[in-house]
Amino acid sequence: MMISEGIEDEDKWLTAGIAGLQQNAFYMHRALDTNNLKDALKYSAQMLSELRTSRLSPHKYYELYMRAFDELRKLEMFFREETKRGCSTIELYELVQHAGNILPRLYLLCTVGSVYIKSKEAPAKDVLKDLVEMCRGIQHPVRGLFLRSYLSQVTKDKLPDIGSEYEGDADTVMDALEFVLQNFTEMNKLWVRMQHQGPAREKEKREKERNELRDLVGKNLHVLSQIEGVDLEMYRDTVLPRVLEQVVNCKDELAQYYLMDCIIQVFPDEYHLQTLEILLSACPQLQPAVDIKTVLSRLMERLSNYAASSAEVLPEFFHVEAFAKLSNAIGQVIEAQVDMPIVGAVTLYSSLLTFSLHVHPDRLDYVDQILGACVGKLSGKGKLEDSKATKQIVTLLSAPLEKYNDIETALKLSNYPRFMEYLDDGTNKVMANVIIQSILKNKTCISTADKVEALFELIKGLIKDLDENLDDEFDEEDFNEEQSSVARLIQMLYNVDPEEMLKIICTVKKHILAGGTKRLPFTVPPLIFNSLKLVRNLQGQDESVSGDESSANPKKIFQLLNQTIEALSTVPASELALRLYLQCAEAANDCDLEPVAYEFFTQAYILYEEEISDSKAQITAIHLIIGTLQRMHIFGVENRDTLTHKATGYSAKLLKKPDQCRAVYACSHLFWVEDHENNKDGERVLFCLKRALRIANAAQQMANATRGSSGSVMLFIEILNKYLYFFEKGNSHITLDSIQGLIELITTEMQSETVTPDPTADAFFASTLRYIQFQKDKGGAVAEKYEPIKFLVSITS
Amino acid sequence: LNCWSESFGICFYALQNYIIGAFKPACNISITFSDGKTRKQVPLKKENGQTAMVPLFQSQENIAGKISIEPVQGKKVEHNGIKVELLGQIEMYFDRGNFYDFTSLVRELDVPGEIYERKTYPFEFSTVEMPYETYNGVNVRLRYVLKVTISRGYAGSIVEYQDFMVRNYTPPPSINTSIKMEVGIEDCLHIEFEYNKSKYHLKDVIIGKIYFLLVRIKIKNMDLEIRRRESTGSGANTHVETETLAKFELMDGAPVRGESIPIRLFLSPYELTPTHRNINNKFSVKYYLNLVLVDEEDRRYFKQQEVTIYRLADTS
Repeated sequence: MMISEGIEDEDKWLTAGIAGLQQNAFYMHRALDTNNLKDALKYSAQMLSELRTSRLSPHKYYELYMRAFDELRKLEMFFREETKRGCSTIELYELVQHAGNILPRLYLLCTVGSVYIKSKEAPAKDVLKDLVEMCRGIQHPVRGLFLRSYLSQVTKDKLPDIGSEYEGDADTVMDALEFVLQNFTEMNKLWVRMQHQGPAREKEKREKERNELRDLVGKNLHVLSQIEGVDLEMYRDTVLPRVLEQVVNCKDELAQYYLMDCIIQVFPDEYHLQTLEILLSACPQLQPAVDIKTVLSRLMERLSNYAASSAEVLPEFFHVEAFAKLSNAIGQVIEAQVDMPIVGAVTLYSSLLTFSLHVHPDRLDYVDQILGACVGKLSGKGKLEDSKATKQIVTLLSAPLEKYNDIETALKLSNYPRFMEYLDDGTNKVMANVIIQSILKNKTCISTADKVEALFELIKGLIKDLDENLDDEFDEEDFNEEQSSVARLIQMLYNVDPEEMLKIICTVKKHILAGGTKRLPFTVPPLIFNSLKLVRNLQGQDESVSGDESSANPKKIFQLLNQTIEALSTVPASELALRLYLQCAEAANDCDLEPVAYEFFTQAYILYEEEISDSKAQITAIHLIIGTLQRMHIFGVENRDTLTHKATGYSAKLLKKPDQCRAVYACSHLFWVEDHENNKDGERVLFCLKRALRIANAAQQMANATRGSSGSVMLFIEILNKYLYFFEKGNSHITLDSIQGLIELITTEMQSETVTPDPTADAFFASTLRYIQFQKDKGGAVAEKYEPIKFLVSITS
Repeated sequence: LNCWSESFGICFYALQNYIIGAFKPACNISITFSDGKTRKQVPLKKENGQTAMVPLFQSQENIAGKISIEPVQGKKVEHNGIKVELLGQIEMYFDRGNFYDFTSLVRELDVPGEIYERKTYPFEFSTVEMPYETYNGVNVRLRYVLKVTISRGYAGSIVEYQDFMVRNYTPPPSINTSIKMEVGIEDCLHIEFEYNKSKYHLKDVIIGKIYFLLVRIKIKNMDLEIRRRESTGSGANTHVETETLAKFELMDGAPVRGESIPIRLFLSPYELTPTHRNINNKFSVKYYLNLVLVDEEDRRYFKQQEVTIYRLADTS
């Protein structure tokens, strides 16, 4: 209630102020129009008296000020014309000082002062000096700040800068500097003083008001930075020390923070670089509550960008030992500010790291040094709970990865893994992910077991459960994604040297087997495939290394693999294990290791028999088994017979007839391996196909019995295709008659009234017939072979 | 103050009308100065409140001219002698109409006789000592006047006056020290102020500064005042009148320790006179600079310091 009334009152006062100002401005205009200097002075002074109010907040006061400012521009123009009409500027300069009230007097003085400088009747430096000195009369913070801001505004294009038309004698730049510095100093003093005036309970309000005014003060620094004549030397010897002196001595948090930031933002990068020591030496002298980490971070950010902008500037960075200075300063600040929250320290180190990466990409020791310092700060504090801090740490740790695009570099940093210990599980995972993504993105190849060991230590958040707490918020999707990343990572591990690669594999195996049942299905397959890759490589160079006692021989690897796949049984993930066994078997086949291959097959069969009970899974599994077995060529007759016999046995025992049928006709291929003449048994092929036909028939009858309509002829068409295949391959047990008979059977079935129409089957059959026709039409030996087969294409299609 | 002098003017004017109405003057008297065309004329505020332009003299000048007497048409003026007097007079307002002549010079113009027609008399007072300046104060005035008297017997004398102004110029003082002083209230406010001179001429500028050594009160603003102290009479009858001629704001807001505030006050806009010390034991006019600090509760803290004002010869 009180506050809202206050605001209303303030609006009222502002309105009244504006009204008073406008009324006097009106009379002033009239005086200007009639060239009446006396009245012009009188009414302008009255107009400016409205600015004497103490009732407005800075925000509202600014509104009033801006109006007065506009009017003063007109008055200034009038003064300029007045001097052309013969009134001397010096006279005018005196005349305005007759005003009894100081605030209007000084506004008028600044206005005439501007004309005075422009007239060049006196050196600019003298006028400026007088103006800035006279303005001391306003000790009221808000009014003083605005007056001085006006002074700064009207004089900023009239400084006796080098190259300016107001340039003076040899010390001209110094004069310009002196003026701006003095105005800055006074303004800052007024600004700081605001904090200490008025009742304590309005502290927050005052801080808000001060914040509204800060740019008035900061603008001076901007003006300073615009002075052409300020070279590095002058900046280092005069500007910076003077500004810093004011910043440090004002002992005001708000001002120190803002001004430090201003300094960093307005002056050129190369100046900062050359004066780092001076600038940094001010930092530990600031008030404890100043947010110095942000200040320093910004500085480092600027310097980093500067370094990144051009390689030519880098030598300067080395020359001034920028890193050492910054690192030193940060250390001091952290030491001095005991209460600085951990996030502050981490932010600082993070900025320094960014800087170091930009400027000294080759100095890995710097990076490690920074990490070490940061870890030192973290130590003894336990796991971090502060989410902001952990976020910063992630940034910190990600930076080297992004920069080097190479995890190997990070792995060389001894302090890197120490960091992970201070992260909570979530962050640990995030970080691990970042690392993995970096590897994946850059296709980094991790090539030694030691590095792999280090890497897995880093990403252990993803490799195993970090603590016992049960996953209440377990997100399956996230988990899958994470583990897929890990899987991809495992694929990236490679060394051309088999010995080392084996070590890598062992290391990975050690880690992933400890990862718990949930992870195994994700992590085992890539390891297996990676190992198989090694096996294949070994096989490629087998000739040269075989027989020796090298530990990296396929046998040994297969042993490892066997153990690894076994681990999946704890999950359980029998289907996956089965596939992997088959893959291994095939690889063993390629290595001519019959016992090993046989063992893998045995394992697969055991799994099939003991673990895979779902009929769909069985179907898939049996087809995989058949497919793999078909490609095996190392087995002796006995082993082969055992395995094929088992496989056909499994096929015939599938639950559904159609599945049985399909598995059985697939088995026919086990007896007919192309390019292996001793592995072609046409009779057994035919036997399989016939058995398939019988099953198809049985299926058809079952359909008739249960549903009253015959099932699809699909199975027959499929079997027909097998017949055609073996026929073409030259299996003498497949006769034309049997094919002919099968075609007729299908045709009849399809025309039967009880048949369920099946467009897919129709199409399949039609295209099968077309194939026969095509072969016939081709001519030559094939055509001759097919020639006797008769069918009526036109009728069926 | 203004009010008082105005009502006085009205009274006087009425009296004069009465005299004119009763006795029609038998002749016109005119007084002209021999260098009247070239001599500088300055405005003088007369008793009736009107301003007239009068010639300006300084001490030791020759005052010469002509006086012509022209009887009204067809009349003769019979007289017991004609004289012209140069009078320097001080009039105290508590004793109005009673002039104290500190200078009185007489020149006889004619012996007793009759005037039938216009007659002109030259006169001259040479190297007249006029040590005091013309002054129009609150309670006192000092004036110079030429008084022509045509003495007659019972008919009463015919008198004519001509005012003129005297200003005396002083060379710049050979010693003109600054005024520097530390003042304050214990543990509350300590300031040091400095005015660059102790003697200022009328168009001078006061330059100075105020240095705050200790500030424990909340100051709102600070003014520099120019005060004129006119004291008349002597002993128990001394009457003192103080006027504030200028109120010049020096500072707005509350300074902190260590601040120094500049002073630059141009004297030309103010109607000052030179300092007059014990003019003929009748009156004194002194000037003071009064530094006034006002705190937020409107309490005033001030320090008054006498400065001497003198008239510097116009170089222009």
